[in-house]
Amino acid sequence: MIEVRFHGRGGQGAVTAAEILAKAAFEDGKHCQAFPFFGVERRGAPVMAFTRIDNQPIRGRYQVYEPNYVVVLDDGLLEVVDVFSGIQDGGKIIINTTNDLKIEEGVKVQKIDATGISLDVLGVPIVNTVMLGAFAGVTGEVSLESLVKVIKETFKGSVGEKNAKAAEIAYKKVKEE
Amino acid sequence: MVSIGAAVKEPGSTVKNKTGSWRTFKPILDKEKCIKCENCILFCPEGCINKEYDIDYDFCKGCGICAEECPVKAIKMERE
Amino acid sequence: MVLKVISANEAVAEAVKLAKPNVIPVYPITPQTTISEHLAKFVADGDIDAEYIKVESEHSAISASVGASSAGVRVFTATSSQGLALMHEILFVAAGLRTPIVLADANRALSAPLSIWNDQQDSIAQRDAGWLQVYVENGQEALDSILLGYKVSENSDVLLPSMVCLDGFILTHTVDPVDVPSQGDVDKFLPPYKPVNFLDPENPASIGSFTDPEYYMEARYAMQEAMEKSKKVIAEANKEFAELFGREYGFVEKYKCEDADTILVAMGSICSTIKEVVDDLRETGEKVGLLRVRVFRPFPEEEIYDALKGASKVGVIDKNISFGVGGVLYNNIKAKMCDIDSYGFILGLGGRDITPSTIKEVVEKTKNPTKDVQWIGLKEEEL
Repeated sequence: MIEVRFHGRGGQGAVTAAEILAKAAFEDGKHCQAFPFFGVERRGAPVMAFTRIDNQPIRGRYQVYEPNYVVVLDDGLLEVVDVFSGIQDGGKIIINTTNDLKIEEGVKVQKIDATGISLDVLGVPIVNTVMLGAFAGVTGEVSLESLVKVIKETFKGSVGEKNAKAAEIAYKKVKEE
Repeated sequence: MVSIGAAVKEPGSTVKNKTGSWRTFKPILDKEKCIKCENCILFCPEGCINKEYDIDYDFCKGCGICAEECPVKAIKMERE
Repeated sequence: MVLKVISANEAVAEAVKLAKPNVIPVYPITPQTTISEHLAKFVADGDIDAEYIKVESEHSAISASVGASSAGVRVFTATSSQGLALMHEILFVAAGLRTPIVLADANRALSAPLSIWNDQQDSIAQRDAGWLQVYVENGQEALDSILLGYKVSENSDVLLPSMVCLDGFILTHTVDPVDVPSQGDVDKFLPPYKPVNFLDPENPASIGSFTDPEYYMEARYAMQEAMEKSKKVIAEANKEFAELFGREYGFVEKYKCEDADTILVAMGSICSTIKEVVDDLRETGEKVGLLRVRVFRPFPEEEIYDALKGASKVGVIDKNISFGVGGVLYNNIKAKMCDIDSYGFILGLGGRDITPSTIKEVVEKTKNPTKDVQWIGLKEEEL
């Protein structure tokens, strides 16, 4: 089973990201589960969301404590949340940042300026689809085709097209690095 | 926090929870341009601008309402 | 079969659409809100031909539901926690007037302290209102239970409302694959509602009238009889449902209980986690089982006794507390079957996460009991 933990803030789309990832994995023929853990219900407050992907039906109904992958939508969270908590050996962490970060040993970190990409492509700093593109590129746990399909189903019309494009840009960017 | 009634016995302790890191954009006030109309002070939903027009970046969440309401465009929102 | 990856709240909304209610009075509250949002959208888009009443409180939501149901139409409403508490007065009226409303409750802790997270205190506190209560394990069961709820409640031998209880956030906001049945199949299972007892201008009657001591007890007795009769109706509905949709539900679900020395009893989404733990412990040779209580009212004492009678020790998990006596499921089991060696455990209140290690602790403490009722997962430093 693959377990993913998303860290974001209310309004950045972490919960939607976890759901899109689950749906994309389902498109790939896997079983899936995604769920949020809200702090308090307000824009900007720290939020966690989780996705589980497996070849068999998923039963556990508890939070993810030992993730294979961590996706951080906002590097400001590093000051307030231990995003590295419980990450498995050989685990990977994808962070939206342009800063130099203190990195724990044994963890592969992929940095990406997702805010820059989302401001360029979408015009707003909502980074969830960019981070999913990066996730697909870095981990290979979900196909870009399924991801783009689900993004377009989730956001209708031109918003969906733009989000799909943002994800593709991030996918290519991490593949090049 | 104590268990009886989950009472918070330390007044004003909410300020321990700094919210400045929530910003994507930061408001920068040009005091030369400012006409001291108090619009930004009145409209700031977080009460982050004082009577001297200093912005408290520990708590400003970068919503940009101050910049929107400024009649002389003295506040610019810059990427963090 | 078309599997859609949706949340349990979306699954409930899909079920409501398939059940074709005529009136939906609903007031939003976390974590139920997305049910009301989906239903508002369905009504606005013309996918449900119903009156969506934007009421000003939950008291009004259930009052409007009673009014509409009394007028002889199919009604749906949904709420959570404080909302269900505010409905309290009218929940008794709905059952007493014999209105077969179906209500989805997104289980959430009650204030104070204020919490938006999951436990089952809200619906457990309404157990005596005369409503049928079902606690579901996943989104699929949430969908199916709405359809079963109408089928059972509207039966003329029952005519009591149904409450479908789904764990807040743990189910309401979790997406996983759900089979959404076709309208054609649902229409076969759930034909249009034919009201038996309603305000019909052709046959004028008064309902909800003042009742003096000469008549009150008989009306209440009739409700208790209906609750007893509902057991047969539920069993028949489950059978018909299984034949049409291939998913079979009982009053309880026995998971590896047959040869088990230790059996845990629980309700709702926690049972999925317990099944994982049961499998783990079985691999190490421990004979552990799970009895999931699905229907809580009417209380299926025969089914529960039958499942537990062979076990040497039984641990009953409650996500609720009746202060001064312990968990309500535990006390119901203890009262009805005093020869079962059972112990009560309170856990997961106010959204405290329940992990496999929490469950393993319950198993250990059931095998080596020290107290009648124990709380699991308390932080000693906060006490």
